[in-house]
Amino acid sequence: MTTDPKTASVGQDRVRIDGPLKVTGTAPYAFEQPTENPAYLFPLTSTITRGKIRAIDASAARALSGVLEVLTHENAPKLLAKTDTELYILQSRDVHYFGENIGAVVAETQEIARHAASLVRVEYDTEQEDTRFRPEHPERYNPGKINTGIPADSKQGNVEQGLAEAAVTVDEVYATPYEHHNPMEMHSVIAEWDRERLDGVLGVLGERPHLRIHDASQGVSYERLMLLPLLGLLPQQVEISSPYVGGAFGSKGIPHAQVMLTVLAARLMPGRAVKYMLSRQQMFRSVGHRLTTHQRFRLGAAADGTLTAITHDVQQSSSRLKQFAEQTVNATRHLYAAPHRETSTRMVPLDIGPATFMRAPGEFPGMFAQETAMDELAVKLGLDPIELRLRNKPDTDPESGKPHSSHHLGECLKEGARLFGWEKRQAQPRARQEGEWLCGMGVAAATYPRQMTPPTKASVAFREGKYHVGIAAADLGTGAWTVLTQIAADALKVPEEDVVLHIGHTDLPLAFLAGGSTGTYNWGSAVMVAAVNFRDRYGLTPAEGDEAEGSAFFPDEAKKYMLDAYGAHFAEVKVSTVTGEVHVTRLLGVYDPGRIINPRTANSQFIGGMTMGISAALHEESYLDSRPGYGHVVNSDFAGYHIAANADVPDVQARWIEHPDPMFGPTGAKGIGEIGIVGVPAAIGNAIYNATGKRLRELPFTPAKLVE
Amino acid sequence: MKPFDFQRAGTVSDALAQFAPGSAYLAGGTNLVDHLRAGIREVDGLVDISRLDLTEIAELPGGGLRVGALVKNSDMAAHPLLRERYPALAEAILAGASGQIRNMATTGGNLLQRTRCVYFYDPATPCNKREPGSGCSAIGGFGKYNALFGASEHCVTVHPSDMCVALALLDAVVVAESEAGGRRIPFADFHRLPGDTPHLDTNLRPGELITAVELPAVPVAAQSTYRKARERTSYAFALVSVAAALRTEGENVAEVRLACGGVAHRPWRAHRAEAYLTGKPATAEHFRAAIEAELEEAQSGTENAFKVPLLRNMVVSVLEELRDGRTPQRRAEQGGAA
Repeated sequence: MTTDPKTASVGQDRVRIDGPLKVTGTAPYAFEQPTENPAYLFPLTSTITRGKIRAIDASAARALSGVLEVLTHENAPKLLAKTDTELYILQSRDVHYFGENIGAVVAETQEIARHAASLVRVEYDTEQEDTRFRPEHPERYNPGKINTGIPADSKQGNVEQGLAEAAVTVDEVYATPYEHHNPMEMHSVIAEWDRERLDGVLGVLGERPHLRIHDASQGVSYERLMLLPLLGLLPQQVEISSPYVGGAFGSKGIPHAQVMLTVLAARLMPGRAVKYMLSRQQMFRSVGHRLTTHQRFRLGAAADGTLTAITHDVQQSSSRLKQFAEQTVNATRHLYAAPHRETSTRMVPLDIGPATFMRAPGEFPGMFAQETAMDELAVKLGLDPIELRLRNKPDTDPESGKPHSSHHLGECLKEGARLFGWEKRQAQPRARQEGEWLCGMGVAAATYPRQMTPPTKASVAFREGKYHVGIAAADLGTGAWTVLTQIAADALKVPEEDVVLHIGHTDLPLAFLAGGSTGTYNWGSAVMVAAVNFRDRYGLTPAEGDEAEGSAFFPDEAKKYMLDAYGAHFAEVKVSTVTGEVHVTRLLGVYDPGRIINPRTANSQFIGGMTMGISAALHEESYLDSRPGYGHVVNSDFAGYHIAANADVPDVQARWIEHPDPMFGPTGAKGIGEIGIVGVPAAIGNAIYNATGKRLRELPFTPAKLVE
Repeated sequence: MKPFDFQRAGTVSDALAQFAPGSAYLAGGTNLVDHLRAGIREVDGLVDISRLDLTEIAELPGGGLRVGALVKNSDMAAHPLLRERYPALAEAILAGASGQIRNMATTGGNLLQRTRCVYFYDPATPCNKREPGSGCSAIGGFGKYNALFGASEHCVTVHPSDMCVALALLDAVVVAESEAGGRRIPFADFHRLPGDTPHLDTNLRPGELITAVELPAVPVAAQSTYRKARERTSYAFALVSVAAALRTEGENVAEVRLACGGVAHRPWRAHRAEAYLTGKPATAEHFRAAIEAELEEAQSGTENAFKVPLLRNMVVSVLEELRDGRTPQRRAEQGGAA
């Protein structure tokens, strides 16, 4: 990383490169990509929860003027390999969950497609269904391994002994609901098969189909890798673009069924682009959700607060169609020291659609339980909750014994306490009242791990006096367009205006998706290596057309360390004694994020995560009506599913303590997309306890749970 | 969405003539268009009445106001005379929806808002209001918003409007026109309880067109207020809301009006509470006893049980504020958040 003040871009406040396009409405999102004479798709979705399609009568739809095709399992192109059960659609009569895509109508206009879809009659043979999540479900199972590849269970020492030795224990159950991501941009796809195009390499085999997709995607490279085996195509036969994404939060991380549905429909009309954008209601059906959890958390501590035992037993929902096992127990294994520790994960199989990544999957629900339990322990011990956390800060990673590459949780807690005015907090609940409002403060720690990233590359090419930097990265509104440009400028030792960034296309060098808060350090590393390779090869005066590639690099030494980002969240709330309404009057996050590439976009990432944390704490809950014959989320619009509005977020501030960490790679950045949400609901719940004396262990904290 | 005819009316008589069975009048469209798009309402034709000359707020002899049916919600809430004479009404309007929606939504349309029950909006589920005879999914289902008063085995939902709660408080009059002539409908007779016909929200007849809402002179309403409890600070339907007006003489209640939202299939005027309280000392104990008298009629399930203490607390709090002249303070605390 250069420190030359004449070229140093990293660390500077920069407005978004894509900002003007976005605020003027001219950034072309997937659905707005220009196409000639497109056809429009509206899906047929199952209205039962489990069973088989007996018959589909599409005669009325087919008879409607403007209808081009009705796609069902009866005429769907065959998929070649069942490498992903979520994408392997329309290959049988089976219905796995309510709202599953079982077909589609394609028509000349969106309106005709939608109307025609309503005319299709589907008969089913229903089967016994189960959508009711409950602990101790008879079919719950141990998944063996959970997301990120770690074991579902862990055990060190003897927790019963640890609890028996404890002066004080906590043993409570915490619960988090289903949530749906609901980015502003609904999932959108355009798919077009081009039979005219001859493949150069395999031309001997004759014409080979070529598929072009415009998608809203967190990563086109891995999206393509997932689609290829199902479609039986080679990489050069599939092109995916996604230059702008209107929010994703994990829901666009991997392709969901709507991509395959559009691809299959388009296959029936080669040469014609087929477009589909989900309705808001459909966003609650088949593009993933955050699973629901039931978490028993136990803590034992000596009288001085030193933890003797930690146990965390998680039961969480899962789709029978496709397992998604969040690493809800992960943070519990690493954040605090204790000689005796045990965690477990059990999946509850249900006839629901697949869950997927949603902002800090695993860490978010798990840390709600852990950081609320820690607050409960502090109350029982009569100890300040910050002091309790400081006393249990581990010297090395409690699970592996590895040293931390960097660990500044203590600084975050202490600096946050100072900035927030923690000393004004009264430990006794209900000690502060203003009019009808009870006021309180709460704190929670945050941690988010370094995720391993599959291969990622970048390229640098010199054309017409500019350095064109290419990588199949994605900007979900995160600032990737801007920070990658800054990183490239410094690595090439040129001003930012000499760098032209290209992202979001499969023609660009393969890159891991935007997920796990890896984007900046992973893509950034590839860009830096490509820049170094370019300069090594061509020097400071390259010729037109010079080009070099590079792969993301991480030091071998990093394996010797535990790599995590840290943070602390401080919440101040007021709770109405009349209505039970909660207002988060202040929220402060202090982070240990490694190097900050761009303080402006970083701040937006942090406060965006914190805002989503407020939203999860106070509002968000997908109500799955699990009665037989229902089996789906019924509050599936923005009147029923509340997301924080401006008035709910009056004062949200982020600060950071910048210690670049080279073990995360050459950028020194730790990744900040998710740390901002982790622990926020716990901080708010702990503040509610401080205000009211009432402990809430289930999200969200609605007036119904507080009014008396 | 089924294809439909679209006509634009230039006058009230045009509109009445253009209306046919299966038609609907389209004004601001903030509710009806949602229904069409969600596939929970089909029409053969829309008669666009948004250009009719019904946008005036005029003074009535004796101190009332006549509000044209097409006055936008935001204009109504901002009207100086309305704010002075009926603060609860202005507050109620501003507590509803969002700024963008209030700029589109009309007075007449607000009266005709349909329920926000999640099952009404979900065509895959039974709902007697949407499909008579199919059943009520909210019984035993997502029940947080269910009614406390006047529900039936056929429908347990609540009326969604904030404005209408204040109109119930004021005994407003709905003026409607039809080919058969005009009529004036007292507000108490406008909305219905569900009974065994929950598909009917109001007593408006097919083809009848609301042209105005008249606000009578209600001197006590100068000391009135509206309070709404909801799950987020703005842009959410009421869990419970309360509109109240109070005049005390000495220590006693001389005159009181109380209307509640989020508790019944129509705006709920709390006559029992009013009757109890009139002439009693204006104390928290009596305010509480008054709403308890009203709550004797209430029926709640597990999911909406919280509405009982919520309503009780809010009524007591709002009446105390009115008694003590503290309502402007709460308005400031709420920061004008709508």
